[in-house]
Parts: sequence; C-alpha cells; structure tokens
Amino acid sequence: MKPDSIVSIRQLNYTFGQGKLKRNVLSDIELDLKSGEIAMIEGPSGSGKTTLLTLIGALRSLQNGSLKVFKKELLGASYDERVRVRRGIGYIFQAHNLLSFLTAKQNVWMSLQLHRELTKNEAENRAKSILSAVGLGDRLNDYPDSLSGGQKQRVAIARALVSRPQLVLADEPTASLDSKSGRDVVELMQQLAREFGSSILIVTHDARIVDIADRVLYLEDGRLTRDEKNHN
Amino acid sequence: MLPIAWLQLTREKTRLMTAIAGIAFADVLMFVQVGFQSALYASALGPHNSINGELVLVNSTYQTIFSMKGFSRRQLYRLRAIEGVEDVSPMYIGSADWKNPENGTSRVILAFGIDPVQPTLNLPEVRENLDRLTEIDRVLFDRASRPEYGAIETLFQQNPALEVEVNETRMRVVGFFTLGASFSAEGNFICSDLTFLRIFKNRDPEQIEVGVIHLESGVDIETAKQEIQKFITSDTKILTREEFANMERDYWANSTGIGFIFSLGVFVGFLVGLVIVYQILYSDVSDHLPEYATLKAMGYRDSYLLKVLIQEAIILAILGYLPGLGVSWWLYELTRTSTFLPIYMTVSRALNLLLITIIMCSISGAIAIRKLRDADPADVFN
Ligand SMILES: Nc1ncnc2c1ncn2[C@@H]1O[C@H](COP(=O)(O)OP(=O)(O)O)[C@@H](O)[C@H]1O
Ligand SMILES: [Mg+2]
Repeated sequence: MKPDSIVSIRQLNYTFGQGKLKRNVLSDIELDLKSGEIAMIEGPSGSGKTTLLTLIGALRSLQNGSLKVFKKELLGASYDERVRVRRGIGYIFQAHNLLSFLTAKQNVWMSLQLHRELTKNEAENRAKSILSAVGLGDRLNDYPDSLSGGQKQRVAIARALVSRPQLVLADEPTASLDSKSGRDVVELMQQLAREFGSSILIVTHDARIVDIADRVLYLEDGRLTRDEKNHN
Repeated sequence: MLPIAWLQLTREKTRLMTAIAGIAFADVLMFVQVGFQSALYASALGPHNSINGELVLVNSTYQTIFSMKGFSRRQLYRLRAIEGVEDVSPMYIGSADWKNPENGTSRVILAFGIDPVQPTLNLPEVRENLDRLTEIDRVLFDRASRPEYGAIETLFQQNPALEVEVNETRMRVVGFFTLGASFSAEGNFICSDLTFLRIFKNRDPEQIEVGVIHLESGVDIETAKQEIQKFITSDTKILTREEFANMERDYWANSTGIGFIFSLGVFVGFLVGLVIVYQILYSDVSDHLPEYATLKAMGYRDSYLLKVLIQEAIILAILGYLPGLGVSWWLYELTRTSTFLPIYMTVSRALNLLLITIIMCSISGAIAIRKLRDADPADVFN
C-alpha cells in the first residue's frame, strides 16, 4: 500500500445471495485513494458502485480481500472498530436523510456530538460557520421540511464535513437535484474538502460534474475498467 | 448532548397528544379500578375497623359478617378470668328486612345489636347517641346506606319522631352514623341488644355473633391471643381486629369473583396503555428508519438509539401519567361527594401507578426496539 493512502483496496470480491442465487457484485477490485484526492466513480446502474461505497464506509462486513481505511484493516474488524472508522468518514446520501425533527443547526450538531473534544461554544460556532459557508446562515433554525431539495442537500454536506473528516463518501449526491443546484452542491463539497484537506469519493451518473474530480474511475459489472486522471 | 428523544416527541404535536391522551386514559382506568376496589373494601370493612377492642371471638366458620354463625356468649364471659383481659362485650349481627317508609318496599339490611353501656363499635356518632339507644325500639341509621332504604335523614329532619318498620316491628330512628355499603349489605343500622332481640324474635339470646375483647393497656396483643387460644373450644376462633378484617376482605376478594373483576379491570387498563404506547413508538421508529440508519452510518452506536427509544418511553409515561393523575383525582372527589365511598388518592397509590405506567411504557419500548434492527446503514445509500 502506498504510504499516503486514505483508502487501500486489494483483491476485493463481494457476492450477494447464496447457492444458486449467489451473484458476484464486485470482482478483483484494486484501488488506492490519496489524501486530499477527489475521485469520481462512474458506471451503469447495478454495476456495484453503492456496494463498494458501503464497504469502504464500514457499513458492510468484508467477505475477502483487503480493505484499509485510515490504515485500519476492515476484513474481520470488530463492531467497535467499524464504529470508529465510521466516525472518521463524512457521508452524503442521494436522499439527504436529515433528521426531520431537528433544525438545520441541530442536524449539523449531531455530527459534532460524536467528537467530544469540542466545547459547547466551539461546536455551536462551527455549526453556524459551516452553515454560513454553504449559504444557509439565515436558515439555522429551519426544519428540513421548510427547506428546498438543494438546501437540504447543502445541510447534509455541512453535516458530513463539519467534523473535518479525512474522507467524504457521496453516493449520487446530485441525483435528486436540478442541474444548477446539483452543480452548486458539488462545488461546495469540493471547496470545503480542499479547505479541510479531505479526500472525496463521489459515485455519480451525472456527466456534468465530472470536471470537479482529479480522477475518474469506471465500474462495469463489478470490475474497475478504467482509471483516468482528469486534466482541466 | 441534544435531547433527541424529547425533540422527536415534541416535533409531532398531534401524535404526542394522542399518546398522552391514551396513556392518561389507561391511567384513569387503572386508578378508577384500584380506587373503587380499595374503597369498596374499606367500606365493607368499616364495622371490623370500628371494633372497640383488640381481639374478637367468632364462630370458627367465620368468613363474612354478612352470614355469621353464632356461639354461646358464656364462652366469651369465661375469658374475663384471663390475665390481661380488661373486659369483654357481645355483639349481635343479623340481616333484617327494612321497609322503605316512602314507598313500602322491603330490602335486606345489616343490623348490629350492641350493649349501650359497653358499645362494641367505636364510631363517634354512635358514642354521642348511646343514651338514646337505651330506650327500647330505637335505632341509629347509616346515612351511607343506599337510597333504596328511603331518604331517612331528610324524613327525620322533617319529622324527628320518624318511625320505620324492621322485620315488621315498628322502630323509631333517633340518630345517624356513617359506615357505608358493603358488597352485599347495602345498608346498616345499629340498635341496643334488647331491641335487636325484639327485631329478631326467634333468636336465642345466648347466641352471639361477635365477642369483643378489650385488653388492659400495655398488654401484648399476640401474647394475650395465644393465652386465650388455650381457653376456647374448637367451635370458636380468636382473631386480632386486623385478622378479623383481613378474613372478610379475603372472602370477597377470593371466594367471590370481585377481586378477579377488579384485577381484570386493572389488567385491561394496562393493556390499553401498552398497545397505545407501542403503536406510537413503533410508528416513530418506522417513520424515522432512514434517519436512524444515517445516525448509525455516522458512527452512532446501536445502544445510543436504544437509549433514545427508552427515554421516549419514559417521557411518554410521565407526560401521560400527570393528566391521568389529575383526572383520577377529580373523579375520586366527585365519587366521594356524590356517594359515601371512602375513595382517596393516596401517595402510595399515586406512586404505584406511576411505577406501573413506567413499566407499561418500557415494555412497549422493548417491543418496539425490534423494529430498530431494520435501521440498517448498509441500505441507506440505495
Ligand atoms: N442487499 C442486496 N441483496 C442482494 N442483492 C443486492 C443487494 N444490494 C444490491 N444488490 C445487487 O447488487 C448489484 C449492485 O448493486 P449496487 O451496488 O446498488 O449498484 P449501483 O449502486 O451501481 O447501482 C445489483 O445487481 C443489485 O441488484
Ligand atoms: Mg447505487
């Protein structure tokens, strides 16, 4: 594994189902993600992108191969170890998945709460400043149901990035947005990640946002078929 | 830490109100059941608890004062010789027919025949009116008797020489006391032993129902009871006042279906509350499944979500309990003023019900927890 890798994958296979219904979803995956790198995974629906992301995010147990996140091997990792890895990752989902009974600020706070080294004041200030950074400084106390789709996704980005994670995983973050707000959201992600030095792995269909990435990977039928540097 | 449980519950006001109303309803149901149960027992045990002595001698077959076998009063008088016994006094108890002076209908009533010089029942109004009972054919009427016996107290105020018919014998009402209806005796009256024997013409005066034993002050009740035990024959038994009352309570609670009915009522209340709280918590979890899964993906542990659910259950328990307590309190007052049932909100009952409510909500929470397993963070990405 390369010394500055945030994610390092070797010989990873993943199957769903058993016996006759057994299906290979990921085959022979090899991947290294450098610190601060912004990578994008493209590929047709059903090619295994989400499965790969959930494995990296320590949300699924590995079956074989090797997957290291923050230099921690996830094959055979315990529940506690997986929880610890999850805390170092910022997630952004296709559906914003904000807690409907919390305000924008409280939603962001939920992420900070996991990192106890912050005082209440620091946490409050961080939540406020990151919401201002995503352009929602005046919507701090609004509940998700009074925000537009783009605004909700921006709160979700603030939530994922407020604790300055080393790694951000985003699964089709623009899928439910129009092209303008989709573009805005991804640019925000890029800008904040650069500021905090986070690596980003974005799964997307959306060709309009590809130029943001340093690197574009193609996943076809469970195999990584292309890995290209983006020159722009 | 953000109070997630509280924020989640209070965000949906309608659902919260439904939950509170449901739990309050369940609590009122349970409060009313236990309240009526203990009030009816207290009422049925009124005579026992008013016994003017430490020990009582009764026929060994005693179960309830509503149908008692007698025993020879010589048995009782023999006990005077025992050291520590200060005095003894007999009491007759029997069921008579009371004719309603307003409409002439007859109804069974419980009659107590006491010695006016050594009253066996320690009720303030009886003590004050003892001298009126020394005259023959005079009775004191229980104003807490059911109205079917006639509006005796009102009639008495209009006509102080009010006469009634008991077992077809004319009696004058000369005063009142408050004891209350029992399960089978719906009314009571007290008269002198001599009057009692005039009402129950065919009775053997030698046969009494209750012998009340008054101990000298400072004598240990249990020791005296054991001492007396040696003297009495097997057709009688010696009981403390408490045992006398407890046997009556056990009779009504166990030998009749009454205890079961009340327990069933409490159980139904408990079940109603359980189902309501479960419904609320279950739909709360189901509605927020993706959000809970997101929390897990962020690095919150399963135990954190468990804690939130339990907190919700306990918050609901307390929020529902308080109005339930208030309404029950008010219902108790209403019952007490419109009937003579001694139904009171006691601290121990209030605390018991609070505990039961918390248990009820915790069980609901424990069942709803199974739904939390569906919050699988591997699925939130899809
Ligand atoms: N929980 C599951 N059980 C069985 N098969 C699944 C499950 N999740 C996904 N799959 C299958 O695995 C394949 C890859 O799915 P996914 O990783 O979601 O693809 P993508 O995100 O690229 O659309 C699909 O064929 C899908 O039907
Ligand atoms: Mg997908």
